[in-house]
Amino acid sequence: MDLVQLQRQLVDYRTSLYHEGFLDEQFTQLQSLQDENNPDFVVEVVSLFFEDSERLLNELSKALEQQVIDFKRMDAQVHQLKGSSSSIGAHRVQKLCIVFRNYCEAQNVEGCLKCLQQVKHEYGIIKTKLESMFQLEQQILNAGGSIPV
Amino acid sequence: MSMNGKLSGSNCRLSANFRLKKAKDTMHGPNSFRKWKRNLLFLWLLGFVSTGIIWFLLSFNSVALDSNKKTTDSCEEKARILLQHFNVSKNQFLALASFFYEPDQIAFLKCGKHSGLEKPWSDDVTCALKVLCPEKQDSRMQQVQIVKTTELKDQCPVQVENIHSEHDFSLLDHYTYVSQKSVSSISREHHSGGKNILQGSALGVRPKDNFKNLSFFMGKGCWLLLVGVILSCKIPGVCLKLRWKRKNEPAPLQPATQQLQLLLQQKQQQQLDQSPPKGAGKWRKKLLTVFVLLGILTSIWLFWHLNQKIILRREHTLANMCDERARMLQDQFNVSMNHVHALAILVSTFHHGKHPSAIDQKTFGEYTERTAFERPLTSGVAYALKVLHSEREQFEKQHGWTIKKMETEDQTLVQDCLTENLDPAPIKDEYAPVIFSQETVSHIVSIDMMSGQQDLENILRARATGKGVLTSPFKLLKSNHLGVVLTFAVYNKDLPPDAIPEQRTEATVGYLGASYDVPSLVEKLLHQLASKQTIVVNVYDTTNASAPISMYGTDITDTGLLHVSSLDFGDPLRKHEMHCRFKQKPPLPWMAINASVGVLVITLLVGHIFHAAICRIAKVENDCREMMELKARAEAADVAKSQFLATVSHEIRTPMNGVLGMLKMLMDTDLDAIQRDYAETAHASGKDLISLINEVLDQAKIESGRLELEDVPFDLRNLLDSILSLSSDKSNDKGIESAVYVSDRVPEVVVGDPGRFRQIITNLVGNSIKFTQDKGHIFVSVHLVDEMKGTSDVGDKVLQQGLNLVQDMSSKTYNTLSGFPVVDRWRSWENFKMLNGKDAKDDPEKIRLLVTVEDTGVGIRLDAQDQIFTPFVQADSSTSRHYGGTGIGLSISKHLVELMHGDIGFASEPGVGSTFSFTGAFGKGEVSSLDSKWKQYDPVVSEFQGLGALIIDNRSIRAEVTKYHLRRLGISVDITSSLESACTYVSSIFTTSAFAHLAMILIDKDVWNQETVLQLRSLLEQHRKNCKLNVSTNLPKIFLLGTSMSPVERSKLKTSGFVDNVLMKPLRLSVLIACFQEALGGTKGKVRGKKMSTLGSLLREKRILVVDDNKVNRRVAEGALKKYGAIVTCVERGHDALNKLKPPHTFDACFMDLQMPEMDGFEATRQIRSAESEVNEKLASGEVSIEMYGNVSHWHIPILAMTADVIQATYEKCLKCGMDDYVSKPFEEEQLYLAVARFFESGL
Repeated sequence: MDLVQLQRQLVDYRTSLYHEGFLDEQFTQLQSLQDENNPDFVVEVVSLFFEDSERLLNELSKALEQQVIDFKRMDAQVHQLKGSSSSIGAHRVQKLCIVFRNYCEAQNVEGCLKCLQQVKHEYGIIKTKLESMFQLEQQILNAGGSIPV
Repeated sequence: MSMNGKLSGSNCRLSANFRLKKAKDTMHGPNSFRKWKRNLLFLWLLGFVSTGIIWFLLSFNSVALDSNKKTTDSCEEKARILLQHFNVSKNQFLALASFFYEPDQIAFLKCGKHSGLEKPWSDDVTCALKVLCPEKQDSRMQQVQIVKTTELKDQCPVQVENIHSEHDFSLLDHYTYVSQKSVSSISREHHSGGKNILQGSALGVRPKDNFKNLSFFMGKGCWLLLVGVILSCKIPGVCLKLRWKRKNEPAPLQPATQQLQLLLQQKQQQQLDQSPPKGAGKWRKKLLTVFVLLGILTSIWLFWHLNQKIILRREHTLANMCDERARMLQDQFNVSMNHVHALAILVSTFHHGKHPSAIDQKTFGEYTERTAFERPLTSGVAYALKVLHSEREQFEKQHGWTIKKMETEDQTLVQDCLTENLDPAPIKDEYAPVIFSQETVSHIVSIDMMSGQQDLENILRARATGKGVLTSPFKLLKSNHLGVVLTFAVYNKDLPPDAIPEQRTEATVGYLGASYDVPSLVEKLLHQLASKQTIVVNVYDTTNASAPISMYGTDITDTGLLHVSSLDFGDPLRKHEMHCRFKQKPPLPWMAINASVGVLVITLLVGHIFHAAICRIAKVENDCREMMELKARAEAADVAKSQFLATVSHEIRTPMNGVLGMLKMLMDTDLDAIQRDYAETAHASGKDLISLINEVLDQAKIESGRLELEDVPFDLRNLLDSILSLSSDKSNDKGIESAVYVSDRVPEVVVGDPGRFRQIITNLVGNSIKFTQDKGHIFVSVHLVDEMKGTSDVGDKVLQQGLNLVQDMSSKTYNTLSGFPVVDRWRSWENFKMLNGKDAKDDPEKIRLLVTVEDTGVGIRLDAQDQIFTPFVQADSSTSRHYGGTGIGLSISKHLVELMHGDIGFASEPGVGSTFSFTGAFGKGEVSSLDSKWKQYDPVVSEFQGLGALIIDNRSIRAEVTKYHLRRLGISVDITSSLESACTYVSSIFTTSAFAHLAMILIDKDVWNQETVLQLRSLLEQHRKNCKLNVSTNLPKIFLLGTSMSPVERSKLKTSGFVDNVLMKPLRLSVLIACFQEALGGTKGKVRGKKMSTLGSLLREKRILVVDDNKVNRRVAEGALKKYGAIVTCVERGHDALNKLKPPHTFDACFMDLQMPEMDGFEATRQIRSAESEVNEKLASGEVSIEMYGNVSHWHIPILAMTADVIQATYEKCLKCGMDDYVSKPFEEEQLYLAVARFFESGL
């Protein structure tokens, strides 16, 4: 019973993530790449994403605190962020990155600051959500069940 | 006469004006408004003309009447006066004559000399004296001339008379005796002449006055009329032109009014530009108010003016009459006075100048009695002698009576008291006892005139001046009338005119007095005048200005006007005045009232009419504005409706997709037969609903103008093939032959919206299938519009047959695809703009296609053909019952065609069929720009290049269609119409090279004949044997072209060996290729099977390098590729990639990110390629051995870009720097497969 509930909970949770636009089908693609040969593929990639994103966000924050802001560099960093977020299907972060890049091109400091805050916020959310999802999956696995597709 | 002339002249002018306006009327806009305006103008004009005429006639009449009356009046009066004077003179002579019987000649002469002043008109007498006194005569002549000029100027007879009398008086000092008769006769002649002259001049002046008045009135009338005309032209013109100007240009105008109109238009233009319509309305109202006010002011002014004129004329008349009366009175009085003067001289001559006296009381009384007619106004005359006190005694003795004193102090001579009763006069220095008297006053004999105060003054003054003096008025005896006494002094010798008063007193011997009855004098005078009744005359003695004494006249009733004329009775001390009044108060000035009221009424009327017009215009403007608003709202509502439809349709579509998807999934589960049937029905219904919704959505999109066409390159022929293949199920079921034909001149690839193009054709083909029953064909053909233009030399065979259709009607079957008759397709596009329009703006980049869909269906009823393109309207309400459908498709198609800048049209005959045609503009496309779908045929198609084919078909169009498809594969085609001719054809080419190429023979089912086919086959076998050819090689394959054949039938034919294969119509490139490949047995046929291999098999064991700076991306790509069995190496920088890919290396492909720090994907690729080409050169030149580079003679690693933004520009840039293809990030399986398949297929 417990396992079935957990499984249902996971499916509901995942659906809600898709539904609310946190994730898109790229994440599904990602999941489809995971197989017996590569059982922790998704977690591995997502961890990479977290690592990379945190580094980029820190750099961006620092860059914006500078007297002279290097917008070109920031643009490259945001591009990186955009690329990685779109790779794992973090839809909202990716969208925000597009806006962020526009502000960078326009060299709009206020807009950049605002966007950075939003990106950080969204990143925090998606990180929490994904982590809790992975926890759920882990629980299911620990309980000896399989992860529903 | 001349007046009439002027009148008619003005009439002419009026009518001319009228004509002008009428002419102008006819020029205005052709509507009821013009009528209205004309009425208005007419009314206005009528009003003006009528007032003008009334006014004119009235004034003319009154003036003429007045002047006539005056003329006659004055003439009569003057005649009378003249006559009177003449009579007076005549009487004088008569009196003299009567006197002659007694006195001697000297005395007469003396008397005549003195009494000359009494004969004022006898200048002819003086004429005889010319010789004697030339000087005087000259001066007199001058006087006469003066008199004459004065006469002409003033027509004043009195002045003339005065002057005459004065001068005659002096002239008469020298006179000779002239016989009385001659004098009288000559003077009569003279008088009549004078009279004539006077009358003539009087007449001459009057008409002049009349003309002056007349011309004044006419001038004013014309002026007013002109103002009216201008106003009436302008106001309606301005008002109306504001509204109508844009609508209708005025018809050609007459030159006279053209300028005015132009001016008006310009003005209006300005007004239009400056002021909004509301302002114009206000302005109009203001103008109207101003106009009405002006009219009222004009009428008031008119009234005042006319009234003033009447009053002036009245005053003038009164003054004239009064002056005239005063003058006449004065004249009469003077005449009488002169007579009394003469009497005084008579007395002096005959009483004092003779001793003894020739006159006693008896003589005096008798003479005065007999000459009383000459003094008609004197009640009596008396003569008093000057007696000094010293002489009193002697005098009293001599006469035998005492000098008596007047009884009372005042002058009233009491008649009934006897002289005897009176007291003797008191003692004074001198006395003036009356010694002679006329019988009427005989009672005053012996009375001392000096005893009365008034008489004393009179006597003293008279003798001092030597002239007649007057008393103030007093009541006369007997008549009880007011009277005055005139006193003349009688001198004993002639005194010089400048004698001083003392001398005169000295010479005085007596006094002659005469009493005048003033009232009767005036009465008599007034009686003589005709217009006595109209005026009241009062005469006053105003010697004492503060207390005037009334001498004549009744009580004064004030009738407004008063004219005062002064009277001169010859006594300088006494002043008299004549006061004249009209008896009646002035009548109301009806003429002025009428005229002004008329003008007022006309003004108000016109004002009312204009007001009504302005109100109407305002109303119409309001209505118009309202309608505009309503229109805008209606349009907005329409747009809203369309938007609503679009939104709702879209919203419905989304859940419907869910429903359909679920149904589809439901059908995949285990269902029993009934459940499956239900589910399938639901699914089919849902699909119908979706298609309907799509149509509605399209319609709504079109109506709200939101539908936009794409511009993408597409292969027209493939598109048509796919359309036909989709509908082929239906058409084959119905047994209808369907075919597609595209002209050679149509390029392979065009740029446009393939979806919409497909939609149109699908719709038309769908309709055709729907309405075609079990026979005939559906034929889609595509041509260039330019091919249609020159009808004389149509190169295309299919088109030619369309042209020749009518000629072939005589033959049994028609030269159409199926042999059934069709409508003339040329009719369907005869109205197309693209075809007819000579618009030479032929954009060389654009090609214009003409698509024709021909069927042999039921056709469209003639009466329904008009509304076939209206949405939701079908040819017949029963149509939807029989055939279904909403009737929206054609409407959508029409809109889509319009979006493609084309036309759609049709020709239809009930029972024969319909042909729909449409045109559309497309861009020219490059073959290479097409997506890879087309390319998959490429190697296959090249296989068939250079092969030959023979088509055996009895219908040339069908043969052409087949030929078209074969030619797409590069197969050259020959056509024969029957199997027999095919046999002869085949045998005729056996020896030529053409036979070597002949790879296939296609036989249509219509000409299928088993025996002949066998014959053909044996012929071919024969030939092969003859030539000793290999059994397996190259006999032409025989194909059968059929429309509807069951698979059983087909396999039977195939197995029986008659044919190699059966081709099912409609022909399609893919079907043809598959069929030919199978028949011709090419090894390449397996290629297609390989293509089906999975991505996994493609990528297995491939060594792939992934270059991406993004860790996450790199990992994802790695994961994805690993999943398909590839061996993946990852690097994160461009430099690393360069090192890895330096030949020799073992990688099979490289996936490269474009945006990387330091060295981006483009640069990396460029460097890789340059390194490769370096190595290749070296290898080619043999510089280095091939072994050094892994036995690869030509190094070229496939590099695929990984990019998120898949846009053309990026793609081109990728190709430019040497990349082979791109895949979009994140990876999708299908795309990845397509990309890598190109490189890895051949390798396997």
